[in-house]
Amino acid sequence: MGDCLLEVRAVTKRFPGVVALSGVDLQVREAEVVALIGENGAGKTSLMKILAGVQGADEGELLIEGKARQFSGVHEAQEAGVALIHQELNLADNLTVEENMFLGREPRKFGWIDQKLIHEEAQRVLEMVGLDVAPDTILSDLTLGKQQLVEIAKALSTKARVIIMDEPTSSLSLSEAERLFEVICDLRQRGVSVIYISHRLGEVKELADRVVVFRDGENAGKLEREEIEHDAMVRLMVGRDVSQFYQRTPHELGEVALLVKGLRSVEHPEHTLDFEVRAGEVVGVAGLVGAGRSEMLAALFGAQPGLGGEVTVGGVTGLPRSPAEALNRGLALVPEDRKGQGLILDMAVKENMSLASLRRDAKGPFVDQTKEEELTKEMTEALRVKTPGAWQLARYLSGGNQQKIVLAKWLALKPKVLLLDEPTRGIDIGAKEEIYLLMERFAKEGMAVLFVSSEMEEIMGVADRALVMHEGRISGELGREDFTEEAIMELATGRTLKNAS
Amino acid sequence: MTLVVVYVITAFLNENFLGGYNQSKQLERTGLYGILSLGVAFVIITRGIDLSIGSVVCLVGCGLPWLVVRHGWHPATAVGLGLIVGLVIGLFHGLLITKLKLQPFVVTLCGLLIYRGATRGITDDQSQGFGNSGYESFREWGTGEIELVGKFSLPYPFLILVVLSIAGWIFLRKTIWGRYLFALGNNEEATRLSGVNTDRMIILSYVICSMLASLGGMLFILNGNSAQPSDYGNFFELYAIAAAVLGGCSLRGGEGTILGVIIGTAVMQLLKNMINLVTWLETHMEFFIVGLVLLVAVVMDEIAKRRAAKRRLG
Repeated sequence: MGDCLLEVRAVTKRFPGVVALSGVDLQVREAEVVALIGENGAGKTSLMKILAGVQGADEGELLIEGKARQFSGVHEAQEAGVALIHQELNLADNLTVEENMFLGREPRKFGWIDQKLIHEEAQRVLEMVGLDVAPDTILSDLTLGKQQLVEIAKALSTKARVIIMDEPTSSLSLSEAERLFEVICDLRQRGVSVIYISHRLGEVKELADRVVVFRDGENAGKLEREEIEHDAMVRLMVGRDVSQFYQRTPHELGEVALLVKGLRSVEHPEHTLDFEVRAGEVVGVAGLVGAGRSEMLAALFGAQPGLGGEVTVGGVTGLPRSPAEALNRGLALVPEDRKGQGLILDMAVKENMSLASLRRDAKGPFVDQTKEEELTKEMTEALRVKTPGAWQLARYLSGGNQQKIVLAKWLALKPKVLLLDEPTRGIDIGAKEEIYLLMERFAKEGMAVLFVSSEMEEIMGVADRALVMHEGRISGELGREDFTEEAIMELATGRTLKNAS
Repeated sequence: MTLVVVYVITAFLNENFLGGYNQSKQLERTGLYGILSLGVAFVIITRGIDLSIGSVVCLVGCGLPWLVVRHGWHPATAVGLGLIVGLVIGLFHGLLITKLKLQPFVVTLCGLLIYRGATRGITDDQSQGFGNSGYESFREWGTGEIELVGKFSLPYPFLILVVLSIAGWIFLRKTIWGRYLFALGNNEEATRLSGVNTDRMIILSYVICSMLASLGGMLFILNGNSAQPSDYGNFFELYAIAAAVLGGCSLRGGEGTILGVIIGTAVMQLLKNMINLVTWLETHMEFFIVGLVLLVAVVMDEIAKRRAAKRRLG
């Protein structure tokens, strides 16, 4: 057991009206990967911001190598060897890799930027993270996974000894994530410690030497290497047994609700997509990031109209040219980017919920405010949305509740086909469970549900059937009885199934 | 708030300020400029901007007497054409912005140059007006007033503004289109994905803006009688934008109220009036003072918003 490199003692942080952290402890030893898990709002991010010098603590101590420290800015934290890699990367797209790495701390020579030193140093650190790109590549030419590695390289070049990663894999493809894990293991061998925040318990199990669980701003428990198990982590996070996380009963399938023939999306015009979804059926779309899954949904919904093909919903055949057209046929889309595409953040819960059904419910050109109130009340109860009131701005709700608002917006229209793109991304485990139950309920009520997910567990837990996509085409289809991680992975990576079922 | 402060200060500094004549004059100016501010508010709510308002005022304001006096058109036909010109200009802006995805700033900046240049070309850069006789009844629309007690009266332009404001308020607050405008100003993509034809709504906002600018232009010329194509309506778009911002519209879109815009316009007019009336304030300091007040108002607004956001979080 190494010495404590970083120690947090009884830290408390208050915001007006809420206690974000109350007396939490955390120890990080040298060359150790500590996973920090907990539901949204458990206080993980608040603590990380304190560690990285973004904000100060109200009470408690922060010790680096046994010495009490107080950071008054990111710069000081960096000097003490603590670097934070944000969930949304903090890099400038238009600059080169090396310029990004040294942004704001360019080495000088006679007052000029020392390009040669930058170049050499960048080269050296990029090798450390195993990133094979020229330091003068423009950042936007790199994939997200490689950009992430640039962030890590940047942290290393500041001589960071503790690197905090906040949900680093949330936008990476599987192979990129694998690469990241290798780098993390490599860092550990070099004596660098990593605090790893993630909602993905599979990753945590694979990587962590120790797991620390937060719940409601307090320490809920910790697990040593040999105790790290999925169920144990969930139990600590939610504070109860989630015995049946995926509750499903067999669905009764009805008529074909969505029939897609020869659909070609703008991004992958060389492939055509053909499939159907029946009423009451839940179909998952698996695949790696970039396989064309979101593009397929966008084409179905007319958000990014397809180039050709036929979509039949509710007796109407033809390619939807706009969301308005798709909506009239009975399609609904819960988009991947909740804040950017799903919600009007600065409008009230009520106004968000009624946005899609406003026209249908209007009295002539006027908003029917009575109906709007009724709808909001009904949906808030039915979906158990936690909000202080219908007037609250969507911005101030938690991720899970925000997603429920987006769902409510569409349910008001009673769609025949519900399309969901990564419906549980970035929401905590309790809310996830609720979203699954809702999807289950919609199917029961006869809706056809088609959802895209990058979490294999989710596909296997919720779907009746899975379509697997690879590079723009559907590479295979699996019935519930054939669900195995291996089978889905093989199709997702384009390898053919060895023993076809 | 600001309105009351400026009002009280001015009343205190000059005894003529509260006189009926001056008060009516204030309402008249507020009416004329308010129509332009009202129009630009619609565009600002969609996160757009219209820099061509002053030039539209020039085009239509000079065009009206040019058609009626020079070419003997019937006033009603000329007014009709003026409104159609506004509609076409707005449509033109809106289509370029939504279908070609050009930036509103660039499109309307080109408009600013084009319409003024066109006016100077059409009129041969000659001053336009109705002269001293023959069109009094037509000009009533811009100069008339309903007399009340003493010298205080309600000028027609102000009454027109009141009617338009009520219509605008109903449109923004009570109809689904108003809701759509606010929604798309906040998040265009999410609004489009909710099945709203956002392009059509944006085009509509530019049409409303340009039509109100052209209506305003006609009232200005009926009120003022003569216009120089080279400088008529200069800076009017900036007054309109400033008044809208002063009245609580955010250039980030999705925010603003009609009442705020009217009050914003009134404050701007009042400030000008104050600078004219208060003897120790030099008239050429007008821009300085207007700019300063605007800046202070915007800063205070931002601080107030941050406080409110904190309270909401708590």
